[in-house]
Amino acid sequence: MSRIAVRKTYKLYIGGKFPRSESGRTYEAEGQNVARASRKDARDAVQAARGAFPKWAGATPYNRGQVLYRLAEMMETRAADLSRSCSGRREVERAIDRVVWYAGWADKLPQVLGGSNPVAGPYFNFTAPEPTGVVAVLAPELPPLEGLVSRIAPVIVSGNTAVVVTSETRPLAALELAEAIATSDLPDGVVNLLTGYRSELGPILAAHMDVNAIDVTGAGGETTELEILAADNVKRVIRAGSEQSPWEISAFLESKTVWHPVGV
Amino acid sequence: MAQAQLLPRDLELPLDLRLPRVGSVDAVALEARAGELAKRSIKKGSKLAALDLAIRMMDLTTLEGADTPGKVSALCAKAMHPDPADPTIPSVAAVCVYPNLVAVAKSRLAGSGVRVASVATAFPSGQSPIDVKLADVREAVALGADEIDMVIDRGAFLSGRYAKLIDEIVRVKEACGSAHLKVILETGELGTYDNVRRASLLAIAAGANFIKTSTGKVTPAATLPVTLCMLEVIRDVHDETGRMIGMKPAGGIRTAKQAIQYLCVLNETLGTAWMTPELFRFGASSLLNDVLMQIRKQRTGSYQSGDYFTID
Repeated sequence: MSRIAVRKTYKLYIGGKFPRSESGRTYEAEGQNVARASRKDARDAVQAARGAFPKWAGATPYNRGQVLYRLAEMMETRAADLSRSCSGRREVERAIDRVVWYAGWADKLPQVLGGSNPVAGPYFNFTAPEPTGVVAVLAPELPPLEGLVSRIAPVIVSGNTAVVVTSETRPLAALELAEAIATSDLPDGVVNLLTGYRSELGPILAAHMDVNAIDVTGAGGETTELEILAADNVKRVIRAGSEQSPWEISAFLESKTVWHPVGV
Repeated sequence: MAQAQLLPRDLELPLDLRLPRVGSVDAVALEARAGELAKRSIKKGSKLAALDLAIRMMDLTTLEGADTPGKVSALCAKAMHPDPADPTIPSVAAVCVYPNLVAVAKSRLAGSGVRVASVATAFPSGQSPIDVKLADVREAVALGADEIDMVIDRGAFLSGRYAKLIDEIVRVKEACGSAHLKVILETGELGTYDNVRRASLLAIAAGANFIKTSTGKVTPAATLPVTLCMLEVIRDVHDETGRMIGMKPAGGIRTAKQAIQYLCVLNETLGTAWMTPELFRFGASSLLNDVLMQIRKQRTGSYQSGDYFTID
């Protein structure tokens, strides 16, 4: 007997769930109807990210690293589906390798980016890196998967949570990645994916007072408007390089310096 | 589930005014109507007006064992100027505290128009002898409370000793003197809407100025259907006798969105005459910050963060 295959409805990924846009809107991309996120979806995503932040930031670095390895495992098992959503097998492999590379940094950041500082007084003075909070990410248009993963991994590995606006023209890779994220051990809300128009979602996230940093890598050259909006709560505005680097992680870190009296 | 007995046939209510019959509540219709009214969309100017009204109707509450004079002072400062950066934000209606902290609140709020409400009568359980409860009320009034939030004896109500319940409310009302009396039914412990309706009528018959849903110490606290149920009692009493009784949902109201839903239900059930702090209050602690955030969101257009509002 013949059967009709169940076709996938492409939805958002917010707080570990796959809701349609609150507005009910969709737009067409890659021959599919994809949810077109609204202002309120962005609000819900930030709320989910804020809710997930304390627990994710409070997890041990070793644990965060393990969870990212697990994400790489899940991407590996979905490699075939992921390949179809991007430029192919090679891009998937690069994306998985990138997750693993950043996973390894989870418990090495304090050694490299922190340290004890020489001060002229009877104090033990040390600096430790801490996550910034909720980070909005405007992911690059291309490559759809590698570009996305290269921006998410350095944000979350240190304990930040992310609200990501995916590639506008090639959103399916992100939605395929969401399936891998949902089955990895990343707590709900650590990564939230919004498909839709960047010109609509970017300014909302840039102006949102509960977003602590915004990655404008995918915004193209003109980011003045976003930077002005981001200034209201002094958000960090980050423009990423294309290579993997610990400095991509440190861009989303804050340094906490402690003065501790010695000999008392 | 706890089930109150039917009203005894020979029960004499202490008011000569005729009260509406107790009847029974259609729970399905009640919840459906509350659910329907909760979907109303209030936007822009109307939303700002509703949020402003919600602040003016708020009983800013702290009822913790760990309350200190310092904490109450901070709460009073917030009650008078909810947003220090914005003088257009009105003061709240009242600050609600335990009797021990009434004097602090009274001195801090002097001259501001914000009233002091105190819980009394062995709050939150109400399981103490009547003399203790009356002493509790007199003490709170003597310390300067403008409003008394009493709890009913749920044990007496659920075992059908309505006369005891009414007698206690009448005597507490006497002890209040000129202070306003709000009667807390603790609907979360009453079990059914029929019981809520019956307890509301008994409290009103005994002289309550306000009926209030909950202490905030029991889950579920205020819900939209239970509030609608009590508002309908108030409507029936008004139709029958002309008395205007106030309503105070308390506990579990944390977001501006919820507050607006309550205002919708209020307006649809009792009309604009009740849209005043004299006849409707919100008992809440964390609601105020969310309302302030929503107001700023409406004015600036960008979503707000709790980081920029005071922690209370």
